[in-house]
Amino acid sequence: MEKIPVLRMGPLLLITIQIDMHDKLALQLQDDVTHRISEYGSTGVLIDISSLEIVDSFIGRMLANIAAMSRVLGADTVVVGMQPAVAITLVELGMSLPGVRTALTVEAGMELLLGAVAEDANGTDHEHRQA
Amino acid sequence: MELTMNIVKRETQPLKNSNDVVLARQKVRQWAIELRFSLVDQTKLVTAASELARNALDHGKGGSMTAEVITSGAKSGLRLVFEDQGPGIPNIDLALKDGYTSASGMGLGLGGSKRLVNEFDIQSEVGKGTKVTVIRWK
Repeated sequence: MEKIPVLRMGPLLLITIQIDMHDKLALQLQDDVTHRISEYGSTGVLIDISSLEIVDSFIGRMLANIAAMSRVLGADTVVVGMQPAVAITLVELGMSLPGVRTALTVEAGMELLLGAVAEDANGTDHEHRQA
Repeated sequence: MELTMNIVKRETQPLKNSNDVVLARQKVRQWAIELRFSLVDQTKLVTAASELARNALDHGKGGSMTAEVITSGAKSGLRLVFEDQGPGIPNIDLALKDGYTSASGMGLGLGGSKRLVNEFDIQSEVGKGTKVTVIRWK
């Protein structure tokens, strides 16, 4: 069965979505990410969607769900690489991906996440991680 | 006076499972490229098709999408007809409102896809099914 790989890189999980996702695959990914976070104790999730030619409300909801579930498990999520045409369409569709942090490139997203990890190591907690 | 519409070509894609939704999206993308739609217009059309195909599957218990390349006078466009024999929509105005959902979506499917096309028509009869027709002109 086809599957979207979830790669571990230090404290982060890297996901590059490179196929036209059907709904079951999107739900499977949601499951995989949450399990990996708890297995590895990951503190950040980076999702690269630069190959996605559309993001409809279902995929949008999956991204928002992953961000929300990760947050509950103590990990930050950044979605990177959204194509301009996809962004225009998403906004017109009425979705603004609330609660999902975004960055233009993988590098920028990585910086955001690693910055957050470094901050935590220094004892400067994120607001959403405070008890 | 309304110009007559000519149908240049037509193809029907069944919508029986979530993989068919992917096939429907690919068909719409391919035809939108052939019609030389801009990338943004292609994306809007494919996204609308994805929403409506999923609606037919999730709410209508499966159905079909018929894609047509049409011309009217000097302009050409893509018409997509989504049909299902599901339970129908009791209150269309309510279903078109953002945030209204009876299934797993975000409630943006109908209202959202209406914003992504030039023409939008929905007909539904409780107990008989739903037919949504959209057109995006080039």
